[in-house]
Amino acid sequence: MKFIKYIITGILFGIIMSKSEAISWYRIQEMFRFQSFHMFGIIGTAVLSGIFFTWLIKVLKGKDLHGEEIRFPAKDRFWKRYLFGGVIFGLGWALTGACPGPIFVLLGQGYAVMLVVIISSLLGTYTYGVFKSKLPH
Amino acid sequence: MIEFLKQPWPWYISGLAITAIMLILVYFGKSFGFSSNLRTICAMAGAGKRVSFFNFDWKSQRWNLMFLVGAIIGGFISSHWLQSDVPLALSKSTILDLQKMNIHFDGHIVPDQLFNWHFLTTAKGLFIFLGGGFLIGFGTRYAGGCTSGHAISGLSNLQLPSLIAVVGFFIGGLITTHLIFPLLF
Repeated sequence: MKFIKYIITGILFGIIMSKSEAISWYRIQEMFRFQSFHMFGIIGTAVLSGIFFTWLIKVLKGKDLHGEEIRFPAKDRFWKRYLFGGVIFGLGWALTGACPGPIFVLLGQGYAVMLVVIISSLLGTYTYGVFKSKLPH
Repeated sequence: MIEFLKQPWPWYISGLAITAIMLILVYFGKSFGFSSNLRTICAMAGAGKRVSFFNFDWKSQRWNLMFLVGAIIGGFISSHWLQSDVPLALSKSTILDLQKMNIHFDGHIVPDQLFNWHFLTTAKGLFIFLGGGFLIGFGTRYAGGCTSGHAISGLSNLQLPSLIAVVGFFIGGLITTHLIFPLLF
């Protein structure tokens, strides 16, 4: 039963992704062609409000539901993996018009072809795991 | 209320709602990052026996798998009960650009012309869905996160690595949109 809150949060996420149209292949095309403010507005609002609330939680020493102080872990200070990995993900994002979350939301919407995207993305993650030590990070 | 939810949401409501999801997960003592589920599923399927990258306590990530299940249900709820009657308000210039590639705007959330089993079995369909999926799975793990982990969580925490990753996302997306799609269609 401790997992029910995560399912509910996930349901909200699925609805938000759908109603914001962030799962739309069309909207992603529009974004990468700079032909509408829509997606930039969504990401921009999320980032700016996210910066504010993250700062606020740090300043107020916010606690989580278990009473522990909330920490925001810093990412490792490399750059190659972020740039190379980022570009590779970006290529796939524009092809399918979906990042990992929306792939599953679209499956729920009834687009069964997303099953193929899910299987191939698992293969991609597995392949990364195999070659991890040989790749520049 | 339902009628209100049914209409397409303005970008500022959507952006704030995404931040709310991140904050809810933070309050639960977790962090918002969707693509790590792909690694978890590989580990769950036993990949840890062959590849050390998948040899970790995947059960600690069950909460995120539940979030994933919720996302699927959320998509189902949206398409069944929260669907708007108005077509997607895509910009005119995008509609024209897509038309030049023979992709016709149908007003739905994704082009039905592409998102079907028949198209999937064509060379283009395999490239887009199989190839695209592979790049997503490989790239997100290589970069250590996707749009949720880097663009939302990482940038909110002013992480320079996340900014590099997001710049990478855009370089890749621009290459696909402006160099690969014109060759493909």
